[in-house]
Amino acid sequence: MKLPTLRDVGTEAKLLLIGIPVFIWTMIPIYHMFVFAISPKEDAFTGKLWPTHPTLHNFSIVFHQQHYFLRDFWIQFWNSTVIALAVGALTLFVATAAAFSISRLRVPGGRVVMNMALFTYFIPAAFLAVPMYRTMGTYGLLNNHWSLILAMVTIAAPYAIWVLKQASDKLPVELDEAATMDGATTLQLFRLVYVPLMMPSLVAVGTYAILLAWNEYLYAFLLLSKDTDITLPVALGNFLAADDSPWELLMTTGFIYALPPAAVYYAFKRYMVGGLTAGAVKS
Amino acid sequence: MAITLSASDAPSPPLSARLSPPQVWGIALLAPYLLVFLAFVVYPVGYGLWLARHPSSYVALYHDPIFARAAVNTLIFLVIGINIKMLIALFLSGFFAQQRPWIRWLSVIFILPWAVPSIPTILSVRFMLNPEWGVVNQLIFKFTGDDGPNWLNDPAVALAMAIGVHIWKSLPFWTLILLTGRLAISQDLYEASDVDGANWWQKFRYITWPSMQTLYITCTLLSMIWTLGDFNSVYLLTGGGPADLTHVLSTLGIRYLRLDQLSLAMASIVCAMPFVLPLVYYMMKRLSR
Repeated sequence: MKLPTLRDVGTEAKLLLIGIPVFIWTMIPIYHMFVFAISPKEDAFTGKLWPTHPTLHNFSIVFHQQHYFLRDFWIQFWNSTVIALAVGALTLFVATAAAFSISRLRVPGGRVVMNMALFTYFIPAAFLAVPMYRTMGTYGLLNNHWSLILAMVTIAAPYAIWVLKQASDKLPVELDEAATMDGATTLQLFRLVYVPLMMPSLVAVGTYAILLAWNEYLYAFLLLSKDTDITLPVALGNFLAADDSPWELLMTTGFIYALPPAAVYYAFKRYMVGGLTAGAVKS
Repeated sequence: MAITLSASDAPSPPLSARLSPPQVWGIALLAPYLLVFLAFVVYPVGYGLWLARHPSSYVALYHDPIFARAAVNTLIFLVIGINIKMLIALFLSGFFAQQRPWIRWLSVIFILPWAVPSIPTILSVRFMLNPEWGVVNQLIFKFTGDDGPNWLNDPAVALAMAIGVHIWKSLPFWTLILLTGRLAISQDLYEASDVDGANWWQKFRYITWPSMQTLYITCTLLSMIWTLGDFNSVYLLTGGGPADLTHVLSTLGIRYLRLDQLSLAMASIVCAMPFVLPLVYYMMKRLSR
């Protein structure tokens, strides 16, 4: 084995000089949250880098809903889960059908619909929120989970359709022709040929929609208000309403809330990075 | 042309034959999205524009100092914040392109801000910056014996912090995208330039930048459009305060909405459209190719 030269050491040192600040910068807010979550109440505000007596007591308080701010924790967790899964399922259904129709069946006007969807994708969601709020009121859906589900499907679908269309344009035309020759109906073509071949993209798109819905704050906070209706992020925001809110419990709840999406992200990273980010910006 | 091939064997089929069964299915399968689009995009947007039709709303906006401040803040956020972010992302993409085991591990950690929801982490930063109890001022007191500044009470600092939070959250995403662009550049070019004795700046100037230029500009524009809709970074960190001095357009719209001034909310959004629509048009041209 050859010894590293002085030049190699210099390069490595320079890389470390970048890498260490990057690591610290990335970790600070997350680590701060974590330290709060494992600190007893009296320890939490002393500015220590590691608590003297780390404890899981805060987690127990959250799980047993033993605080005024947390009395609906489990139902809010449930709301977040149901809404995220519903948005994932509905987005998949709407987007797959639309992408199949546009890309494989070449329905007349498909291109126009695709462009309209892309347009929606580029309108900042916070801008759409204002008229959306009023519209949900008109439809009588305010304070109903459906309002949030439908709003999130509206936001998730355009990108989902675009990704699925890009992917299905790559499937060879001959497949459809062969299946049709064999007497497959359009529905069979969709069910037996298209969906199985599109699986990786479908996983990516479904995950994207679920994470988007789980993480959404603005729409959830506008459209839902009752304590037993809201999702976890809104509940976290509500902690700020009081000056004496228990930070250590807020950080613990936030930590619990952040774990599932992080786990899903890393589990599906292969799909997320390959399928989504590369497609997001073609050069 | 795929499915309809069998149907269009005859030259120029009559109109009735043009709607073959697959096309009927095509319309049926497109219908769910069209319904969503009509009910939750077309109708709200149309209704919103109708609400914003009165010139008096724009006069009221013009006389509202908070709107002027929010417009300036948004410009600072976009022009300064985004460009700093993209420059760092461009730099870091070069760092992460280095082949080292520890850099691979670091890249897994580096993506965390993007993978976790923004609400808990923004609140975490908010607590760090709390003047009395936050860890930042605690440490300042410990080491200097002085009280630290009241970070979020100074509008300029508070806005800078909101931009910082935004950068923290979205830097990994853009670094990753620029990294894919960088990795697509052929290594042969760099090896050839080594032979010719090029320094790192020349390599960047004549190899890296020309091949990444378009991607970089596209990313910057896209990030600007999306950042216009970044509600969380400002709202959860500063709440628009102190004294409504750190609002950006997205939080201002929601503020008007909460004050039941819907026509003002819509008017403020309409005011942003001359800047947004050209960017959106450009992006659509790029993506629908």
